[in-house]
Amino acid sequence: MTITEKILASHAGRQRVTPGENIWVDVDILMTHDVCGPPTVDIFKREFGEDARVWDANRVVVMPDHYIFTANHHAHRNVQLLRTFAQEQSLPHFYDVGTPRYKGVCHVALAEEGFNRPGSLLIGTDSHTCTSGAFGMFSTGVGNTDAALIMGTGKIWLRVPDTMRFIFDGALPPYLMAKDLILAVIGDIGCDGATYRAMEFVGEAVYSLSMQERMTLTNMAIEAGGKNGVIAPDEVTVRYVRERTDAPFEEVYSDAGARYYSEHRYDVRTMEPVVAKPHRPDNKAKVSEVAGTRLDRAYVGSCTGGKLEDFEAAARILKGREVVIDTYIVPATTEIGRALHHTMHDDESLHGIFESAGCLMGQASCGACLGGPKDTFGRNMGHEVVISTTNRNFPGRMGSKQASVYLASPLTVAASALSGVITDPRTVLC
Amino acid sequence: MDSVIRGEAYVVGDAIDTDQIIPAEHLVYSLKRPDERRLYGRYAMSGVPASGQGLPQGHVPFTALDSFRSRFTFVVAGTNFGCGSSREHAPFALAEAGARAVIAESYARIFFRNTVDGGFLIPFECIERLISRIQTGDMLELDTVQARLTNEDRGDSFTLRPLGDVARILQAGDVFAYARQAGLIPMAP
Ligand code: SF4
Repeated sequence: MTITEKILASHAGRQRVTPGENIWVDVDILMTHDVCGPPTVDIFKREFGEDARVWDANRVVVMPDHYIFTANHHAHRNVQLLRTFAQEQSLPHFYDVGTPRYKGVCHVALAEEGFNRPGSLLIGTDSHTCTSGAFGMFSTGVGNTDAALIMGTGKIWLRVPDTMRFIFDGALPPYLMAKDLILAVIGDIGCDGATYRAMEFVGEAVYSLSMQERMTLTNMAIEAGGKNGVIAPDEVTVRYVRERTDAPFEEVYSDAGARYYSEHRYDVRTMEPVVAKPHRPDNKAKVSEVAGTRLDRAYVGSCTGGKLEDFEAAARILKGREVVIDTYIVPATTEIGRALHHTMHDDESLHGIFESAGCLMGQASCGACLGGPKDTFGRNMGHEVVISTTNRNFPGRMGSKQASVYLASPLTVAASALSGVITDPRTVLC
Repeated sequence: MDSVIRGEAYVVGDAIDTDQIIPAEHLVYSLKRPDERRLYGRYAMSGVPASGQGLPQGHVPFTALDSFRSRFTFVVAGTNFGCGSSREHAPFALAEAGARAVIAESYARIFFRNTVDGGFLIPFECIERLISRIQTGDMLELDTVQARLTNEDRGDSFTLRPLGDVARILQAGDVFAYARQAGLIPMAP
C-alpha cells in the first residue's frame, strides 16, 4: 500500500484499503477559519442541537486568517462568532485576532503549532489543507457540511484515492525553488490532472528541501485537483515536529511494492524557473519565454509563498537594491512577521532589506491572496498586471476580474520587482 | 431528489473556479439570515468574465441585475467545474439563486462533495461536450433516474454518467440524513 492508503486504513480501523472504495475514517484534527467556521458552526448546531458539544475540544483548531485587517463589519462579525463558539465549547486551540495568540494563515500556523504529525489525519475547511501532507500525514480540504459532521462525530467518509508518484532527481540548483517544481507539474498534468488522486512527492531534490519548501509542494496539490499531497517523513520532518510538540506520532511509509496510478520523473538539474500565466495555474511558461512582460506590481505572501524561507529568497535578491513597482510583503504568520526582524542576511535584517528596497509591508494574514474586502492590503482594484508568490490566478482571484496574475517563485518575483518586467532570477543572482 | 427536473440552461466554459461562482468578497454574508443569504443568489456566477457569462453569446448574467433569483435551472459547464477553494458558499450560491442541477464534463473534488453532502444541487457528469450542443436559454428536461438529458429546443437527447454511490446521499437529502438512515449518527435532536 502507499502511505496515503496506509494512513486511511489505520484511521478506518482496517488492515487494507483499495483505491476507489468509500470508507468512514476517524479524524485526528479538524481545522477551520473565519470564512468557513461560522457556517460550519451553524450547520453543527442545526444538526446536533443548540447545546451540542464538539466531539473532542482538543482536536478542533480554529485559526482566523482570511479577513482580518479590514473595516468590513461582516468580517468582524465572523470572527466574533468564532470567539463566542470557542468560549461556549472551551476550545483550547483558538487563535484569536487582536491577542498575542493570533497566528495568521492556518496552513503554516498548523505546522508551527505542532498540529502536523506524521501518520495522522487532518481535515480542514480550506482547500489548501493539503499543505499538511508535507509532514507524512493525510490532509485534505472539505466544505462546511462535512466539517460540521466531523464536529459532531469525529468522522468523515472518504473515497480512497489512487496515488500518482512524482520523482524529482538531482540536487536543486540555487535559482530553483519548490514553487518552480510544483508549477512545472501542474503545467504538465493540468488543473484537473490529479482530480480525486493523491500526489506523492519523492526523490533526492525533495528530501533536500526544508519543511517550509516541502509545504510549497504539497500546498499546490489542489491546483492540480489533487485530494492530498504527501511526502514521507525523514529526519528533517521529525526534527521539525519534535521542536514543536511532544505529542506521539507514528511514521508511515509506502511499501516497496505499492501500486501507483502513474509515475512522473523530473531531473531538477535540467529544469528552469517557471511561471503560470494568467488566468490558470496550469498555464505554464518558462520565465525565459515571458521575460520582459511589463508588470504593475509584485506580491510576496500567502500559505504558498509567505513563509520565512520565501522571504529569505526574496531578500537575497532585493538586498542593497530598490524595487521599481509596488511590491507587497505579507508574512503568512505572526511568527514569520517577527522573524523578519531578527533573521539576518549578511548584516541586515530581512525587514530592513525590504524597507530599504522600498517594499510595502503588510501584516500576517491571507491578505490579497484571495482578494477579499475592498480595503484589503495589496488587493487588485483594476487592470493591474501582477507577479505573485501565491497559488491561484483565476480571474478575479486577487480582487479584480480585469487584473492579470502571474504565479512564480519568490526569487522570480523579487527579480521582477527590481526591473518592472518579468525577469529570470538567474540574471540577477550572483 | 425529484425524478424529473425541467428548466432553462445557463452555459459556461471550462475551469470555472469557485471565485467565479461566488467571488471571495461576498463570503462574509451570513448563510443563515434570510436578508443576507439571498445575496448569495444575487452574486452567483458574478465572477465569470462577461464574455463567458451565458455561452455562446456571453454577456448574459446568471442572476439579472437587482434580482436575487436566477431564471436558469441548469448550469451546463465544461471540464473541472468548481475548482479552486473549498467554499461551500459556491454550490450554496447556485442553489440559492434557484439552480437545481449542474451538468459538467468533470468536477473538482471538493465542489462535487459539497454539492452532494450539503444536498444543494445534483451534479451530473456528461459524456459529450455539451457546452457546444446546448445554448443558454435552451429548455432542458433532466430525468435523474435514467440519467438522461433532453434539449427540448433542439430535439437532442444525451445520456449522462450514472450518479453511482452519491445517489444514496442525494436521495436521503444530505449527508446527515444519510448518516442517520445508515445508523452512523443518532436521530436528529
Ligand atoms: S493564503 Fe491564500 S491560499 Fe492560503 S489559506 Fe489564505 S487565502 Fe487560502
